[in-house]
Amino acid sequence: MTAGRFGRFGGMYVPEILVPALEQLERAFAEAEKDPSFQAELAGLLRDYAGRPTPLYLCRNLVQGTPVSLYLKREDLLHGGAHKTNQVLGQALLARRMGKTRLIAETGAGQHGVATALAGALLKLPVRVYMGKKDVERQKQNVFRMELMGAEVVPVATGGATLKDAINEAMRDWSASYTTTHYLLGTAAGPHPFPTIVREFQRVIGKEARAQVLEQAGRLPDIVAACVGGGSNAIGMFADFIGDASVALVGVEAAGKGLDSGLHGATLARGRVGVLHGAETLVLQDEDGQIAETHSISAGLDYPGVGPEHAHLASIGRVRYEGVTDDAALQAFQALARSEGILPAFESAHALAWAMAYAKNASKPGVLVVNLSGRGDKDVERARALIAGESR
Amino acid sequence: MNRYAQMFDKVRAEGRRGAFIPFFMLGDPDVETSLALLEAAVAAGADALELGIPFSDPVADGPVIQAAAERALGSGVRPSSAFQIVARFRAAHPEVPVGLLVYANLVFGPGVEVFYERTAVAGADSVLVADVPVREGTRFVAAARTAGVSPVFIAPADASPATLRRVAEMSEGYTYCLARSGVTGADDALTLSHDALFQSLREFKAPPPVLGFGIATPAHVRAALDAGAAGAISGSAVVKRVQDHLGDRPAMLRAVGEFVAAMRAATER
Repeated sequence: MTAGRFGRFGGMYVPEILVPALEQLERAFAEAEKDPSFQAELAGLLRDYAGRPTPLYLCRNLVQGTPVSLYLKREDLLHGGAHKTNQVLGQALLARRMGKTRLIAETGAGQHGVATALAGALLKLPVRVYMGKKDVERQKQNVFRMELMGAEVVPVATGGATLKDAINEAMRDWSASYTTTHYLLGTAAGPHPFPTIVREFQRVIGKEARAQVLEQAGRLPDIVAACVGGGSNAIGMFADFIGDASVALVGVEAAGKGLDSGLHGATLARGRVGVLHGAETLVLQDEDGQIAETHSISAGLDYPGVGPEHAHLASIGRVRYEGVTDDAALQAFQALARSEGILPAFESAHALAWAMAYAKNASKPGVLVVNLSGRGDKDVERARALIAGESR
Repeated sequence: MNRYAQMFDKVRAEGRRGAFIPFFMLGDPDVETSLALLEAAVAAGADALELGIPFSDPVADGPVIQAAAERALGSGVRPSSAFQIVARFRAAHPEVPVGLLVYANLVFGPGVEVFYERTAVAGADSVLVADVPVREGTRFVAAARTAGVSPVFIAPADASPATLRRVAEMSEGYTYCLARSGVTGADDALTLSHDALFQSLREFKAPPPVLGFGIATPAHVRAALDAGAAGAISGSAVVKRVQDHLGDRPAMLRAVGEFVAAMRAATER
């Protein structure tokens, strides 16, 4: 019963019919971890196809005048435009190993959908991506990218028509199709074994960053920060630093229009223990247990649940979770563009905004590493409208 | 003897081949109509009732039951109102078995123990939590038994013997067997091949197997009972008749009553 638990959190809360598929995945992953040919194929794809290792870049201008050295882990430079590709390649190879002939996925901002679409094209597996109707409208460019790579994008109109609803629909599909289909879940949430598999395939981010910062700064960082929606880029960034007691870990959630506005995605700050999408975790919900509708400028952080390992890391105090508003994220998005010539994804801009505020108030030297989890091309049109005041 | 055992005995004594159990979403489309629908179903011969508490994110349900949950939530129905409907039904019908079908977060909402106590106080007999498989079931079973409520688990047709053994051990009242994979829905055609499932469940001394998912016509009921089920549950086909008559309550009650009567007639020899 402890398999797949992080303290009290996690577990496999799915309809009985899906349990064999999850147990098959658990076995396939355990075997693949010990299989040198699997590891070699994945490492080769990560290097030659996806472009690993990604750089660690010391900002020249962004925090100039503060005592802080700010390093960015450039997952935005990974093929596909975000960290998602790391674990999608891993899971797609697992799907092939299990003999599955079709991939389904959910997507919020569209980055995970794009990553699944490219892996499907690469491995010749047909892909269907469920995406909230609202996200289809606000991420049109990513929808077309997926379609160009041969994926079918299915808009989901139920509920709030965002990421949560897309996951519901993907789970419904899977409960009928599990014999032939792998559900390529895109974040470190969901039922066991997904939170563990996603962390292990994303661990490469922190592993590289740790070695790079040791080489470049000559020491471990004081703080490592990453944004948290479901939590995959953060858990991948944190995993190899958790054992370093001197390194503070900061997860940055979407505070939307403010934590007290009711319009946010700050699950760790404001959630209660519950079950969402297969895991016991913190959940934004009403007093009866109905799941709340969330809000964030970034579709990828617009989610009322969070990976169970983050709930655990919060409960034991190993990671501190902070909130950043839409406005602060948008300012950080512009600041990075102007000062470094880099467009971050709205999601990553949340982590960046927190780091910028920290640097501004810092009184002593410090080394910060922020995971720049994705690039902002997908957000350019929305940023233009927001900056022009069209959505205010 | 619990209400399910009494009901299955009664069905046998009447010379019928099994039970017919319609599903309704509590509070769909509103509290008073919902209670009237339960009355209409029992008047038309329903042997037991399976009742959902509306939830915002029902991952095991197809579009018809999702829409029913949205209607109920939209009319302001909360778990407390759902329990009140059950209690009012129970007061009028002391013998009809009532099962609840819920999602785990609604059980966690008030706390697992409190949820089962409320179930017992309202007078429901069993609880099936759609997203709690047997491997997560221990604490739910413990709370159910403490409260005197029967825990029910799902037996998929392709489940391993080890899973079926646990389903048998942990379920009371009846065993919810899946007629097919996928989510709830009303099927045009349904292929049933459940001999091996029912045989395993008998071997493990599971409570009587009842088939659900896709059951939409009297022919499906006959096929389920032919296959060896002790009963059949129909959800989406029932709720579709609610959906088709929104705004015309007499027609809705008539349509549901006629459908339940036809499905029950299929349980006769």
